[in-house]
Amino acid sequence: MAIDGFEPRIAGFLCNWCSYAGADLAGTSRMSYPSNIRIIRVPCSGRVDPLFVVKAFQQGADGVLVAGCHLGDCHYNEGNFYSRRRFALLAPFLDYLGIQKERFRLEWVSASEGRKFSDVVSSFTSDLKKLGPRSILSPGGRE
Amino acid sequence: MARIGVFVCHCGTNIAGVVSIPAVLEAAKKMPGVVVAADDKYSCSDPGQAHIRAVIEQNKLNRVVIGSCSPRMHEFTFRKVMVKAGLNPYFLEVANIREQVSWVHSNDKEKATAKAIDHVMIAVAKVARDEALFPKRVPLTKRALVIGAGITGIQAALDIASAGHPVTLVEREASIGGHMAQLDKTFPTLDCSACILTPKMVEVAQHPNITLLTYSEVRQVSGFVGNFDVEIVKKARKVDSKKCTGCGVCWLKCPEKVPAEFNEGLGTREAIYVPFPQAVPLVPRVDLENCRYIKYLEYMPGKTPGKRPMQCRICEKLCPVQALDWEQQDEVVKEKFGAIVVATGYKTFDPSVCGEYGGGKLPDVISGLQLERMFNSSGPTGGEVLRPSDGTHPKTVVLVSCVGSRDEQRGRPYCSKICCMYTAKQTILLKEHDPEVQCYVFYIDIRTGGKDYEEFARRAQEEYGALYLRGRISRIYEDGKQLVVLGEDSLMGRPVEIRADMVVLATGVEANEGAAELAQTMKLSHDVYDFLTEAHPKLKPVETQTDGILVAGACVGPKDIPECVAQGGAAAAKVSALFSQEMLTSDPMVASVDNARCIGCLLCVQVCPYKAIDTQVLRNGRTVAVVNESLCRACGLCPAVCRPKAVNLRGFTNQQLLAEVNALWQ
Repeated sequence: MAIDGFEPRIAGFLCNWCSYAGADLAGTSRMSYPSNIRIIRVPCSGRVDPLFVVKAFQQGADGVLVAGCHLGDCHYNEGNFYSRRRFALLAPFLDYLGIQKERFRLEWVSASEGRKFSDVVSSFTSDLKKLGPRSILSPGGRE
Repeated sequence: MARIGVFVCHCGTNIAGVVSIPAVLEAAKKMPGVVVAADDKYSCSDPGQAHIRAVIEQNKLNRVVIGSCSPRMHEFTFRKVMVKAGLNPYFLEVANIREQVSWVHSNDKEKATAKAIDHVMIAVAKVARDEALFPKRVPLTKRALVIGAGITGIQAALDIASAGHPVTLVEREASIGGHMAQLDKTFPTLDCSACILTPKMVEVAQHPNITLLTYSEVRQVSGFVGNFDVEIVKKARKVDSKKCTGCGVCWLKCPEKVPAEFNEGLGTREAIYVPFPQAVPLVPRVDLENCRYIKYLEYMPGKTPGKRPMQCRICEKLCPVQALDWEQQDEVVKEKFGAIVVATGYKTFDPSVCGEYGGGKLPDVISGLQLERMFNSSGPTGGEVLRPSDGTHPKTVVLVSCVGSRDEQRGRPYCSKICCMYTAKQTILLKEHDPEVQCYVFYIDIRTGGKDYEEFARRAQEEYGALYLRGRISRIYEDGKQLVVLGEDSLMGRPVEIRADMVVLATGVEANEGAAELAQTMKLSHDVYDFLTEAHPKLKPVETQTDGILVAGACVGPKDIPECVAQGGAAAAKVSALFSQEMLTSDPMVASVDNARCIGCLLCVQVCPYKAIDTQVLRNGRTVAVVNESLCRACGLCPAVCRPKAVNLRGFTNQQLLAEVNALWQ
């Protein structure tokens, strides 16, 4: 059930080489997307400590996006493989914290995929609108 | 105490037209540590930069946040402003309020302004935790490696060498020259390929600054710009190149004949051979798979099928300078280079997968390169165009373009760029070789972008009478001595049947054998077709994401000769610019270890993709990690896995990133 007027807050950690550049390309190509995301630049999706994600939720985020280069295209060769594994492990842990795992997304967006970046933010925003505001204490799935 | 100044750029109306600048300034003034907030019409312009410097000096600022375009755009520009204002350039953060705010949220100015304020807030939180960083100066080796000695690599090597720097040119084949050496004439001027290429090949061989390593391959590359460590394997030729004079007795007398690769399988070569008469260096190599003596040596009774071959060794007996060296082994050369140019070229599409064209089974269906070899007077037919099946002169020739290009079903959706032009050239040459020849060309589109190209293709049709039919071929089959070509004329909207004596397939351009492996060795990226990826398709066409490694020519994508020469020269210019420096400055944004916190678990050593983390034993006997700053590429994998948070990445420290997270929605 979407709550009227609810604007989810999204924290986005974007890797400098692909996804941050992809977000820039979305801007250069004037592809508009919902303004709910706040962007933090990191050198590589592998730099993102799970702590940052949990901290962002604690800070009031309704959703967190980590985006990096496509697998095999990492500027540092293998950084995104580490992030893939790390965040696969984080998802059940988020559920345990009372944060539905749908509130976390790991996406691969290349520097040439401005369209994909704008689509990812749009769909994540609308999904989060359906999920509604997050309350950190409520158990997963029952808010 | 941090004294932060926030500067907000209007970027004309690019930002100011959407984001309310007064609201951002108002909000910025209330952020912790901010002493002044100012705006500029264009922060990156000269007056904008002067204003920033003046405000820094008036307010004794020590940290600066600039809300403007993406940091990928002007971070470097603003770092220079910091230096001019007497500050450490790393006390700067750029808040992206153009690409990631005003340009994407122009439909809701209020929300865009709120997001711009948040982005500035995040940057203010980070800048307060910035540290002064100092770039290190590292020496560089002023020696370049060029991989691939086709026309691109030759041009690059000559240009670098002429600028006064030593160059090592590595070629996988036994001779330099590449595909251009196989061609007879070049479009659109019809000048002879050898006449313009061989002088350059000789120049390479004689240039005092060029070391030529043919029949050699690059095996390993490590290090970084200015200091690459490269291992090159010099494969055994079994001929001592110092003694050999290139007299040719050995290959004239060798009894073994095998299909000649250089002639695209037309005609034969010997088991000791030079690929073509103008080869550089003119030193033959022994083909280890076909040489009778090698077979004799490797014969294992009971295991190798057949009888033991005779000991041949005719070449050895006849060689006037005793250059044959059967003991010669592969040799590994290890050398340091400051820059690497990759110019590994292309190969042509293999049409044997195309059943409709006879799948390589019909002898008189040949490839464009095979026809090229026939045209050539030093080729397998001595410069005569002959049907491979019976050696007669063909009178009706069908040329088919886009074989392995613009063909999504065969995974080659791209245009190979050169085939339209070489097909036009071949219709002209066919007519010049034999005025009775009638050429038919099946095409999808005629693509002739290039100086004098369109005029040339028109001449093929108007002066040389080549008949162009727009459409695809559905089937080619043999009927008696002739080939029946079934196709379609899509302009007339009717099927076409042509009885031809020979069919020439304009095979497209593909990434070269081993391109993906080389990319992996050098940590370069490549696309789905294995073509190497340049740093920027328009503005950095010869650079790669790795500093000091350049790409040029057809290894990046289909290109004709003028483009390859231009790219070879461009890569050489970049290398010369790099080598004009006495020392290189290294990026100080690298990882570092806090010895007091390090517990010596060495997880960081395991994850480091660059082997940049080593161990050291402290005086108290504890083993801790230590970062080799010149190898570190600042990916930040190590701080993310470090449990005691002892490893940090300067410029993106845990403290900085957490401060950014904590500043969200404040």
